[in-house]
Amino acid sequence: MKILTGNDLVSGDVIWWAGDGWSRQVCDSADVGERGDDLARTEEAALRVVGAYVIDATVTEDGVRPAHIKDRIRALGPTVRPDLTLKPNDADAGNWVI
Amino acid sequence: MVEFLSFRDGEAAQEPSVTVEAFTGQSNSTAVRIEAGEDARELLPYLDRLSLVEINFPAYGDGRGYSAARILRESGYRGELRAVGDVLVDQIVAMRRCGFDSFHPAKPLDDAAVDRALHRYADVYQKAIDGRTPIWAKRHPEKING
Amino acid sequence: MYRYDSYDQSIVDARVEEFRDQVQRRLTGALTEDQFKPLRLMNGLYLQLHAYMLRVAIPYGTLSAKQMRKLGEIAAKYDRGYGHFTTRQNLQYNWIKLADAPDILAELATVEMHAIQTSGNCIRNISSDQYAGVSADEVADPRPWAELLRQWSSFHPEFTYLPRKFKICVIASDDDRAAMRLHDIGLKLVSKDGKIGAEVYAGGGMGRTPMVAPLINGFVPEDEIISYLEACLRVYNRYGRRDNKYKARIKILVHEIGVEDYKRQVEEEFAHMRTLGLNPPVEELDRIRAFFAAPAYENGLSDAIERADPAFALWVDRQVAPHKAPGYAIVNISLKPLTGIPGDASAEQIELVATLAEQYSLDELRVTHAQNLVLPHVKKADLHAIWQKLEEAGLAEANLDLITDIIACPGLDYCALANARSIPLAQKIAQRFAAAERQAELGELKVKISGCINACGHHHAGHIGVLGVDRKGVENFQLSLGGSGAEDASLGQITGPGFSEDGVVDAIEKVTDLYLAQREGGERFLDTYRRIGMKPFKEAIYG
Repeated sequence: MKILTGNDLVSGDVIWWAGDGWSRQVCDSADVGERGDDLARTEEAALRVVGAYVIDATVTEDGVRPAHIKDRIRALGPTVRPDLTLKPNDADAGNWVI
Repeated sequence: MVEFLSFRDGEAAQEPSVTVEAFTGQSNSTAVRIEAGEDARELLPYLDRLSLVEINFPAYGDGRGYSAARILRESGYRGELRAVGDVLVDQIVAMRRCGFDSFHPAKPLDDAAVDRALHRYADVYQKAIDGRTPIWAKRHPEKING
Repeated sequence: MYRYDSYDQSIVDARVEEFRDQVQRRLTGALTEDQFKPLRLMNGLYLQLHAYMLRVAIPYGTLSAKQMRKLGEIAAKYDRGYGHFTTRQNLQYNWIKLADAPDILAELATVEMHAIQTSGNCIRNISSDQYAGVSADEVADPRPWAELLRQWSSFHPEFTYLPRKFKICVIASDDDRAAMRLHDIGLKLVSKDGKIGAEVYAGGGMGRTPMVAPLINGFVPEDEIISYLEACLRVYNRYGRRDNKYKARIKILVHEIGVEDYKRQVEEEFAHMRTLGLNPPVEELDRIRAFFAAPAYENGLSDAIERADPAFALWVDRQVAPHKAPGYAIVNISLKPLTGIPGDASAEQIELVATLAEQYSLDELRVTHAQNLVLPHVKKADLHAIWQKLEEAGLAEANLDLITDIIACPGLDYCALANARSIPLAQKIAQRFAAAERQAELGELKVKISGCINACGHHHAGHIGVLGVDRKGVENFQLSLGGSGAEDASLGQITGPGFSEDGVVDAIEKVTDLYLAQREGGERFLDTYRRIGMKPFKEAIYG
């Protein structure tokens, strides 16, 4: 599937298009089909996102999985600081990235 | 909003500018436009014939026009030196320091923003071509560096 | 060290308000991201993987205890409790909110700090030797020159929109501790007929096409250096490539037109520019120099160091360097704990180092391009007390220039430009070679890791260098050998096909095993490599 991601303009937080708004959790990502670029433009113009781009992703038993390692790191947080990720209590969270 | 900004006394030059190639090829134009990659020194033999030099900024990140402007002023050009193209309010002060005295940006500028920009920095670190006294000279007023 | 006068302070304060205005225009949509991005970069604000990143300038790597304390406060208040010291002697905060950036800059301004031109296509932080002012081998302290150039390059009206970034370094000794030859312009202060001037090197750099800077002028006197550099920059601004971001540095221009042609153009421009009155009078450099006068060192201090504690003795042997004043020493603080993140320091560690600088180093500390810290004015009698405090804080690793003193960029864990993670690899290497005896046996061995071709980890200048690449979405690592950022500058050569993360650690071990088997006399790894060449190493690695 195609999903849309970017950063929140004001806070810089990584965000994922969830269909009716932006979420900080990649598992909320909605399939944007061919509409990703248009959505990116609209949302950037509305100052809700900066640097939005469309990526490939698959749905796995762990949830939505971005195709590229860079976006998986964005989805989780820095693998070398588990305490600063979105899953500080999950010891295996780093493995999901690889 | 302001579409044209001038710091010169009197009227801005109205004559449409010709390209450097056209200008150096014939003699009756008094206005020329320099593109980003062109050599301003080609105009040095003709400075006293020019009343307007436009320097184009195709994108504000292309800073070649600043060198072109300074070169012209350093060589004694006294006519109107106009920045055209992608010029934001954030570039006005640096452009003035390099010798530009009029501006015709592709997008109009906000007057209040221009005013804030012009008065933001009371002092400057470098000597340039705008006649402003640099900080190092103010620190050592007894020294005059020719 | 330098203290702002009211002119310096007003400029920094005005810059904060200018940026506040720009952020406001961005938040209201008056500026698009395309328009805003170059402006925010000129205040060191990046958009990275997880958040905005702010790069604070630490001019020529020197700061006061008060400034260091403020950096720690900002880490605690606005970030997530830590900062990262970089290969250009700056500090990065990784978790900044755009809306907070103007306030952070305002707080920095209260201690004479800023983030001016730490990014963007402009002249960046002027770097220098971390031992400046305290090493016996320097001709003069290079930092007054660096300060003069810092002011000259700040908001330079002609050079604010260069083809690409521009990095300048100033050193003043034959030993190059600051990788001067790998800068866009490097200056080495020398003495000629009793006068101080600079050898000028131009066209060095790392990145996609690394180059060692050639000499373009053997002596530019101090009262002409500004007009000479204006000439160098003007030629670059006019003729540097703007068609291709990866071919836009001055090293490409110098390489493409040839150093003789670049020199000639600079000399022509210089002949014109030296007539324009651009150079400050010598009184201005004298004014700046007064701030860098040697401190009032105490006399008659003991040179004795009590070495009864073996751990302390080990630390002294590794981390303490000779000082030009009798009874004093230079202390190197490792930010490379074996299981830590190279160059990172917590807000608490930053506060501790600030306190140590205040109590034991005449209020001053330094940042090195190898991502470590230095206390430059320490009495030998105080070494033990300092070491104990560093031990408590996890800052007493005795690994300066050893294999675990790794330079690593933030890599794919943090950086939007990266292709691979560099920090986990650094940790695996450190783990593999952790044993103190093993590290001592290997001796000086500079490992440098970059997560992408931009080479912020300086891998081209690594005795052992690693470059992270993306091979079909999987992290892969290229190994290179034989680079050096010192006065014997050289660029590393790639060994061959790349490796997985674990694979490159194994390859490095094969390389070090071969070194130990082949070394002669007191050869460092780099010396053995230069003597026997790549072939034996290639065979050892790939079989």
